[in-house]
Amino acid sequence: MAPSKKHNVKKSASENSQTSYKQTINTKTELVLQSRKHANNIFDLLEYLQSEDEKEVVFAINACQKLFCELLERGELYVGQLPKEEEILQGDRDADEKYHIFIRHRYNSCVELLLENIGHESYQVKESALCAVMKFAAAEGKRPLQKQDWSQHYSFPKELTSGVVWGLLSEKEDMALLISRFQEYLEMDDVRYYVMNATRDNIHRVMDRNKRAEMRVYQNNVFTLLTNIAVPSQGSEITNFLVKQEGKYEDWKVAKLKEQKRAFELMWLTFLKYKLPMSMYKKVLVILHDSVLPHMSDPTLMIDFLTAAYNVGGAISLLALNGLFVLIHEHNLDYPEFYKKLYNLLDPSVFHVKYRARFFHLANIFLSSSHLPVYLVAAFIKRLSRLALTAPPTGLLIVLPFICNLIRRHPSCRVLIHRPSAADETCTDPYVMEEEDPALCHALESSLWEIKTLQNHYHPDVSKAAKSINQALPEPEDDIGKLLELSTFELMERDLKSQSQSVPLEFDSAVGLLQSPREVLGLHFSLE
Amino acid sequence: MGKPVKKRSVCDKVRKSSAHAQIKTNPFEVKINKKKFDVLGRKSKHDVGLPGVSRSKAHNKRKHTLLKEFRMKHKANSFIDRRFGEYDTKMAPEDKILQRFAMERQRDQVKKDMFNLNDEEELTHYGQSLAEMEKFTDGVDSESDSEEKGLLSAEITASHFGGGGGLLRKKTGEEEEAKNKTRQELLEELILKSKQEKRERQTQKEETHELTEKLDQEWKSIQNLLAHKTPREREEEKDKPKLDDYDMMVRELGFEMKAQPSEKLKNPEEIAREERERLQKLEEERRRRMEGEVEENPKDTHISADDLNDGFILDTDDRKTLSYQDGKWNIGEEEGEGGDDEEEENDDEGGGDDCDDDSGSGDEETDDDDDDDDDHSDLEDSRDDEGEEDDEKEEESIAEVKRTLSEEERKEIQDTAHSELPYTFTAPECYTDLKAMLQGHSADEQRLILERTKKCNHPSLAVGNKAKLQKLFGFLLEYVGELATHNPPQLTTINTLIPQIYSLSQLFPEAACQVMQSLIGDAAHTMEQSVEVKGRAAVPGLDMLISLKIATLLFPASDFRHPVTTPAFLYISQALTKCAVLSLESVSAGLILCCIAVECVSLSQRFIPELINYLLGLLHLAVPTHTCTDYHVVPPFRPQGKSSELLHVCDPQSAHSWTRRSISLSSADRVTATTERERDHYKLSVLYVCLDLVKRCTALYQQLPAYQHIFQPIRILLAKHLPVTDYPAALQELHKEILEVIPETPSQHTPLVFDKKKPIPLKLLQPKVVEVVDYGRKRGNTKAEKERERLKHKYKKEFKGALREIRKDTRFLAHTKLSDSLRRDAERKRKVKELYGSLATQEGEWKALKKRKRK
Repeated sequence: MAPSKKHNVKKSASENSQTSYKQTINTKTELVLQSRKHANNIFDLLEYLQSEDEKEVVFAINACQKLFCELLERGELYVGQLPKEEEILQGDRDADEKYHIFIRHRYNSCVELLLENIGHESYQVKESALCAVMKFAAAEGKRPLQKQDWSQHYSFPKELTSGVVWGLLSEKEDMALLISRFQEYLEMDDVRYYVMNATRDNIHRVMDRNKRAEMRVYQNNVFTLLTNIAVPSQGSEITNFLVKQEGKYEDWKVAKLKEQKRAFELMWLTFLKYKLPMSMYKKVLVILHDSVLPHMSDPTLMIDFLTAAYNVGGAISLLALNGLFVLIHEHNLDYPEFYKKLYNLLDPSVFHVKYRARFFHLANIFLSSSHLPVYLVAAFIKRLSRLALTAPPTGLLIVLPFICNLIRRHPSCRVLIHRPSAADETCTDPYVMEEEDPALCHALESSLWEIKTLQNHYHPDVSKAAKSINQALPEPEDDIGKLLELSTFELMERDLKSQSQSVPLEFDSAVGLLQSPREVLGLHFSLE
Repeated sequence: MGKPVKKRSVCDKVRKSSAHAQIKTNPFEVKINKKKFDVLGRKSKHDVGLPGVSRSKAHNKRKHTLLKEFRMKHKANSFIDRRFGEYDTKMAPEDKILQRFAMERQRDQVKKDMFNLNDEEELTHYGQSLAEMEKFTDGVDSESDSEEKGLLSAEITASHFGGGGGLLRKKTGEEEEAKNKTRQELLEELILKSKQEKRERQTQKEETHELTEKLDQEWKSIQNLLAHKTPREREEEKDKPKLDDYDMMVRELGFEMKAQPSEKLKNPEEIAREERERLQKLEEERRRRMEGEVEENPKDTHISADDLNDGFILDTDDRKTLSYQDGKWNIGEEEGEGGDDEEEENDDEGGGDDCDDDSGSGDEETDDDDDDDDDHSDLEDSRDDEGEEDDEKEEESIAEVKRTLSEEERKEIQDTAHSELPYTFTAPECYTDLKAMLQGHSADEQRLILERTKKCNHPSLAVGNKAKLQKLFGFLLEYVGELATHNPPQLTTINTLIPQIYSLSQLFPEAACQVMQSLIGDAAHTMEQSVEVKGRAAVPGLDMLISLKIATLLFPASDFRHPVTTPAFLYISQALTKCAVLSLESVSAGLILCCIAVECVSLSQRFIPELINYLLGLLHLAVPTHTCTDYHVVPPFRPQGKSSELLHVCDPQSAHSWTRRSISLSSADRVTATTERERDHYKLSVLYVCLDLVKRCTALYQQLPAYQHIFQPIRILLAKHLPVTDYPAALQELHKEILEVIPETPSQHTPLVFDKKKPIPLKLLQPKVVEVVDYGRKRGNTKAEKERERLKHKYKKEFKGALREIRKDTRFLAHTKLSDSLRRDAERKRKVKELYGSLATQEGEWKALKKRKRK
């Protein structure tokens, strides 16, 4: 890179450098624009781009942006295959051409410096560098620097976009802020298209170079960029372009929704092809069904990824459920032993994970079919109620109405809570919790003693919900939608808000901290 | 006149009964109303009429009412005999007389003036006034004075009223002697004389009195001999002189303040029984709340219109009931069992068990009396009745102390008296005020300060006091929280402040509830936010643990739903499920939460899944290898990973040197164990507590149908994985006991059946009864319209009826008038005829006489 330093910038250490650098930069920009005589001042400007002081850098970036945009506008940059700088003098070129070649070289080094500055530690610098590069891209689009060989050619400064993508997908630094700034450009359809292509390329290269190992920061950056890319849902929406083309838009790849979708799909598939860290897995699965699958041209390509995730177990399986649901529901995916797997997903942690609401929402949908065999529903009911013995109250408030709803939908499961035929015979619980096959777990021969136990739960609402199995269930289903997102504090607020009730007091008078009539704490703990 | 009234006189009935049958059969009397249609099932009253009968009935009626009125027309006077029972024929004349007499007496009895005590009925005995008779019994002592006053000696009158004559006359008698005597001397002489006379009279009287007394005595001495009397009577006689004293006593007592009727003294058994009944009642209420039976206002406490709602209840008499035991005053007996909080504090103070009180009393004792008064006077103006009571108590305690104190103790007390606390405190306006007030004092002093603050600002004393004390509760809790965050936490101070907090909460349940709610709510909110943001939350600090414990002390944890304890439960649950266990401190905090949870459900036996999960998780931390998968630990615990061997005892040797000791509460903040051995001991203590809690839980949840399933994971862990052989004997024993209690195979249960519903009663085919207001179709569509039509119709009918009646009345009256005038005319005619007759005879006789004369 390094342009030859013919003129050293005199850095005045004194305080007036503050204003002086602005002046010098401004005057030099003016000079360059005024006449070709002063073209060498460009070197000074480029020098400033490497300055230590970030303010200087920002100012210089803005100046460069102005300068080169102006020059591009005037068409003073050399168009076509650029000869080497050393070759300028050799060929028999006129001064005009030489000047253009010189300016083009300076322009190239400026772009290089700007891309470097995207990795600068200061956000201001990064942002202005990014904006400057995108301005160049716009300007270049108007006056392409490549010779157009035929009329059907669509010009777009691909090098600049891929350079930006390389800068954004840093391997060392979290670029989330800058990427969100970049989103403004991603709304332009041509930029997006080329960025998607560049990203795919970038992932391939970086991952291959690093031998497919997990790279937390890099993958995080990629993920942030990927989530910021949204393909429009309809082809008619593709009207927003950075570079106005002369030719017909209809034939341009960028303007076709199908192409956009394909690029999007390829990009995601490339990203998911490589090994992901666990947290990234979860993040991807959380947004997959919502912001990825609908934009893909062929969502079934995700089947492999989702089934793999579903087989991982635990929270990841729960999350994969959502994507699978979309595939099964909308894309006719046939998943063998889906319910058996779902059944085995149920373990005590279901009630404690963050994605509880989502899981129960989906489970509710999966089990809403009236064509499910009774043994299966009964197995689900029994297993859920067994697990309810370890659930917190917020979980119980979901699962109890859930169980009741299942029994309502499948009246033949009513024997679980009402078996008058064997009312007098005592028996041990025939249900086998360890059995993985819902068909063999004998759930239908059991009763929901667990719910009966929960009637003694300490929280009044849970106790009330559990008591509903004492009577025949009323016909309308409970709406569990409201309960899904209920948090402990919201549950608590119900009690805190209702002010009207009277406050009963303890009548055993308190004499000491550890001296209540039913002291347990005092038996094991002492004040000192 | 209205419609004829149904009631008939007796004679009417008699007449009818005799005539009725005859009339009914008489075809000339009966009129048959022709019916157009014969409607089946309709009963008509009017098919057969007896016009003659009804006409005569109406006529009779008119004769008795209208005719009488008519006859009395234009006659203003009437004589009404108002004597009692004058018109009552059923009463016997003797009864009448008696009644009249009684009424007359009663009339006299009515007091004219309610407050005039003198106007009483004169009681008589055989016609003599009893008042008069009483007067005779009065003593003879007053007679002498009156006698004297009434008498005027002749000389005095002579000298006073005789003019100068008397003196002059004397002069004539004693001229020589009196010659040189002036008028002045004369007068003196006169005075002297009269005085002398008076003295003589007096002595004479005394003599006679003496004589009579002597005579009496003599008489008495021989009286026994004279009269034949029973020995008892004689004794009575002997008692007579004593009776005078008795009389005096009676009079004295009569003038004294009359004693108020008071409740019967209660003996200790009665007090104990009442206390037990009170507790039983409270327990019953608690149980009902536990079952969740909602009673909105079972006992509507009466609230007076003048009630300021300041918590001041006038009629609660918090004076201690006076009681005796073995002849001694039962002073400090109720201590400890006292139900009323105030009473209890007073007892505490009265008991004189803390040094401060002693010093206070010593001060009063050693200083002058006025000092003593001083001390109390500033209290007394600020205390109310209860304060007085308190003073009494203090005085009692002083008395006690006086007895027990020796000389050197006194000296000691004098020294401490200098660091005496003031007696009045203003209620703190903000938290810093309270802190400034309490800081630098010992725990007991702080307690006393709070107690005095509470008394000086009792809601009944001033308007704003209620709000002040309510605020005080909040500050106090904040202060407790701060004490708990000190390093090291000042738990003993908190401990001594508990009774104050309790009593304040009893005074203001709503305020206490609000403070507690906001405390718990805030803590839960911050925890939830940190879970959302960071994915995990810190274990609650010692201050929060103490606050939870205090909440369970102040409010009943067994209620089905309670505004404080239900959120507290939720907070505990949240802490047990969300707070990761990463250090020994968090283990300690978690255990404290578990202990509180077990305490809370020990009465209601409610099921807390989080508690079991947490205990399982803690025990899991003690298992050395985490390869097993036959039980699941529940978040916040993980099957394996960092800090999953937190409670693993490193050195089996430390089991031998371990002895069971209570863990300090402050270990929730910082575990002091430094050496490996100490840490092992600490871990063993934690495991001991865990196992004990598990045991308590098994006892609590034994009745639950899913008992075995609940404890199955713990059982597996204990039986297979816990390295119990390395543990001390106490732990091993607990371990064995628990395994015995949890069965390996699930117990037998009957399948679930719905609750038996009350059978729905069969539908009864009862006819629908519709009230028919009036027969006949009424026009109008809406109800109101129909009603109006009905009323119109009714009015028309009534109007016609009334008109008819009036016509009949006038006809009757006209008929009466006509017959009257006919009768009068006939009479006149008759009389005129008579006159004419007599005149004719006279004329005839006269003519005959004339004829005869002529002849």
